[in-house]
This record gives sequence, C-alpha cells and structure tokens, in this order.
Amino acid sequence: MTADTNKFVIPIGPQHPALKEPANFEFWVDGEIVTGASVRLGYVHRGIEKGAEARTWTQNLYLMERICGICSHVHATAYTLGVEKLAGVEVPPRANAIRQLMAELERIHSHMLWLGVAAHEGGFDTLFMYSWRDRETVMDLLEKISGNKVHYSANLLGGVKFDITPELAAEVHKGLDFLEERNRFYLKVVTTDETFIGRTRDIGTMTTEKAEFLGAIGPTARASGVARDIRVDAPYLTYDQFPVKVMTHTSGDLHGRFIVRIHETFESIRVIREILDHIPQGDLTTRVPRRIPAGEAVSRVEAPRGELLYFIASNGSEKPERVKVRTPSLCNWSTVLSLAIGLKLADMPMLLSGIDPCFSCNDRSIRLKRGQQDPQVWSWEKLRQYGIEYYR
Amino acid sequence: MVQQTLNSSWQNVLTKVTAWARINSPWAIHFNSGSCNGCDIQILATLTPRYDVERFGIKLQGSPRHADVLICTGPVTMQARDALLRTYEQMPEPKFVIAVGSCGLSGGVFHGCYNIVGGINELLPVDVFVPGCPPRPEGIIYGVAVLLEALKAGKRPEPIQWSGGGLDGVLHSGSGLEDHHG
Repeated sequence: MTADTNKFVIPIGPQHPALKEPANFEFWVDGEIVTGASVRLGYVHRGIEKGAEARTWTQNLYLMERICGICSHVHATAYTLGVEKLAGVEVPPRANAIRQLMAELERIHSHMLWLGVAAHEGGFDTLFMYSWRDRETVMDLLEKISGNKVHYSANLLGGVKFDITPELAAEVHKGLDFLEERNRFYLKVVTTDETFIGRTRDIGTMTTEKAEFLGAIGPTARASGVARDIRVDAPYLTYDQFPVKVMTHTSGDLHGRFIVRIHETFESIRVIREILDHIPQGDLTTRVPRRIPAGEAVSRVEAPRGELLYFIASNGSEKPERVKVRTPSLCNWSTVLSLAIGLKLADMPMLLSGIDPCFSCNDRSIRLKRGQQDPQVWSWEKLRQYGIEYYR
Repeated sequence: MVQQTLNSSWQNVLTKVTAWARINSPWAIHFNSGSCNGCDIQILATLTPRYDVERFGIKLQGSPRHADVLICTGPVTMQARDALLRTYEQMPEPKFVIAVGSCGLSGGVFHGCYNIVGGINELLPVDVFVPGCPPRPEGIIYGVAVLLEALKAGKRPEPIQWSGGGLDGVLHSGSGLEDHHG
C-alpha cells in the first residue's frame, strides 16, 4: 500500500464522475502505462452486520435487502434461506418458484444496468442510453409484480408476499419478448462494432489459472472459462426443477465478460418463461416461529455478480447472534489490481467496471491482527488514525 | 465573501440574468454518501431516455466546482462524511442541496448503526427532501422542480405539505437558512 515516491500517482475518487459510488483508487503511472494500483474501500461501510444483531429476525429482512440496491432480492433470499434452515421450515414450492423468478428478473435488470454503465465508461454513451431505456421494461415488470422498482421486498420468513397471477404472467411474457429481441441487438453491437471491440478485445485478459489463483467468481470468472455457478453446483430454491446452464467464455478479456453477461441474460429469460409455464400450485407462506432455535447455518446463492454467502448464528432468541455476509464484489478486486499493471490509464474505467463492482456490498470491516497490543475496543479517532497510517 | 458591486441598475440586470441562467440550466453533482445504490440508480435513470431531465437543462456532471445543486443520497457514513463536506465546500455560492431517499432524510433503515451520522441535514443545510426507498425518478424530478420553482420566486423553498398525484410521500423542505442570494 505504500507508494513509491518517485512514481506519478493518479488518485481517483471518492467523488469522481466515473464512479457512481465512493471509493478511492490510486494508479501509479509511467507515462501512460499503469505500473501499480491500489484500492481503498470503506466509504460505504455502515455497520450492517453489527446492526443486524440489534434487530429482530423479521426486521433484519429489510436491513439485509438494503445492503445493495441492485441485487437486493438475492441478499434477502440468502438471509431467509439461512433462517429457514435454522428454523427447520419447509417453504411451499410455489413460494420458492416465485423467489427464483424474482431473482432471475433481477439478474436481467442488473446485467442490463451493467451493460449500460460499462459502455458509458468506454465512452459509448449511445449503448448506455439504449440499454437503460430498455431496462425500464424489466423495472416495470418488477414494479407490477411487487409494487416497488428497486427494493421489491418479495421475501418473508417462510414464503413470499405476492402471487403471480395469470394476467401478470402474460405481461411478463410480453416484456421478456421485447427484452430478448433487444438483447440480441446488443449482442450484435458488442460483437461486431469495431470501436467497441477495440476497447474490449485483449484488454485485461485473465487466464483460467489466474482466475482460479486470484479467487475470481461470478461472470468475471466464467468469462475466463471457470465453470462455477452456485445455481448449478449447489441448487437452491427451485433451481433443480428449473435448471440453468452455466455460461462460460474462453477469451478471459473484457470482451468475453460482455458476451458472458448477455448470454446469461438470455438464459434468465429462458428460465423465467419455463417457471411461468410450469409454476407449482400451492400456498405462498408457511409459519415460522418468532424465536429461531439455536444453531448455525450457511446459505449460498448466486447473485448477479457471483457467489453470495451468508453465515447466520442464532442463540435461540428473537434476534440473531451473528450475521456474516460475504459478497462477490470484494472477491473480484484482486483481479482488477493485478490485471491493471501494464495497461493504459485510459483502459482503467473499463477494467474497473468489468467486474461489475458494487461498493455498497463490499464495504465491510476487516480486522487485521498486528502485533501483541491489540485492544478490542477502538475509539473512532484511533481507528481513523490507524486507517491513515495503514494506507500511508 | 467580498463581492464587487456595480452601480445598482447594472447590478439588477446582472442578478436577473444569473438567476435566469441558473433556473433554466441547473447543473447538478451527485454524491453517494453511503447509500445502498438504489437511489443512485434512480438518479441515473432520470438522465436516461424515459425521463431525460436534460431536456429541462438539468445536467449531471462531474466537478463540484461547476455545480449548482448537490444531489446527495445515503445515511452519511463516517468515512464519507469528510468527502461530502469537501465536495460541498468546493461548490460555488449559491449552492443548494437535495437529499434523496429515506436514508438521506433520517438514516432510514440503517438508523442506529455505529458507522453512520444519520441524515444529510445533520451536516449540510438541505433545501429539498425527497422521501422514498428509493424514490421514483418522477419524485426526484419533482424535487428538483420544487427547488427551481422556489428559485424563480427568488427565495429558498418554503416548507410545504404536499400529497397525492402519484407520489406517495410528503415533500417538504425547510433548512432554516436565510435567503442569501435573492
């Protein structure tokens, strides 16, 4: 983290037009070539894990959903899956199918959002405007189903809040037809536009071995040929009834990440259609006790950005004893920092957005053990001083 | 701040021209002080073709030194606090703040978490509050419109009670600031 004083350092952030969320990057450049990179996170650290310990199991549902505004449904799903596992509750299959439906709609929304943002970082604002215009279609569908555009609040402990009526299903089908057609167009743009290919092909190439070594996950790893997807490896919800295919690409560069994400959108569209046609009948909710029996549970789901893991510990009371969240964005930072070296500075925004970073997810405190004198309680001033010293 | 004043009639003309320009093309800067991203994607959505605020002259741009309006989201984390204050201080006078989202109003769902200040008006004088988790893009545009209407009348937004018409919230303001530019 200590910069070489002879190097020219370019700081980016925390407030920067290319970043929609606060984070601080430092790129050490030699002329135009990046020779080193560091990232400083933590601007969005709110203390959610600790806050969860002061809220009841049901209240936490709303807190967990607000860890991230883009993949809010998967956070709530991972949390409910863990709590239901602890409580030993069997959720009705219809509720699980609706959860999967929402998760896949959310994946479409997230990938289209990313396509726009990544194109914007590459200076291709036309694609940004087009993809965000079409993204409103999936936002409308989510709003029609749930009543809200971003935090759908679909999950309850033991079920879901709303049903998919035949009228809604018809609307979703109609919206999906439009989205599929538009995404075919985007695939064509991404694979044939010369300027765009110039910005993406052979930029930030990551081999399969390197992806494994750096611990990359999600579409970032799948673009490097790592066939890893929790939906397939460890099916949850109704992913065993309505399976999805793992989309991989062998190129490993930014271009491959675009292709993988657009293909995943197609796969989501296909599986949503399948769910709508074969949705199981039955109840939407089942009863979950107010006090969750003591124990520990781990739940894993596939967020749009990769594997999301929740560890939940209960001591038998109305509140959780510990909730630990491990989000995908944090795992992918090392790939950015290692791939940045040797690239041009102008490629940095594209490389950063290539992993689809979500700072609000990944800003959780990590405690590093250093030395013998390690007090457990730190004042804000002391912690702040520690942070300044650490990054000096 | 020392202001050079021309003789009064010219000064009047100049004031009118700057007010006209400001109302017809307010430049906004967006700062995320620790929100969950939900409000931020809605703010970004206001720029995209369905809502397209640029047709009203509202432009989101990067530098605080060019901005009239600070559109701020999030419950203000301790880390982001200094960056937020710095961004605000870099903006030229007169400057206005719009707080977007429930977190920006009070800390929202994160109220009580150890690392948040809680609400943007704890730090900055806020002119317009836009409630919602997250507010719809229409709500954000309405918040900007309330600010512009008030500027047209030559003052800061009055506290108002407003409900109905598709927005399910009460938009109110009231920073308690004196009018120092009209």
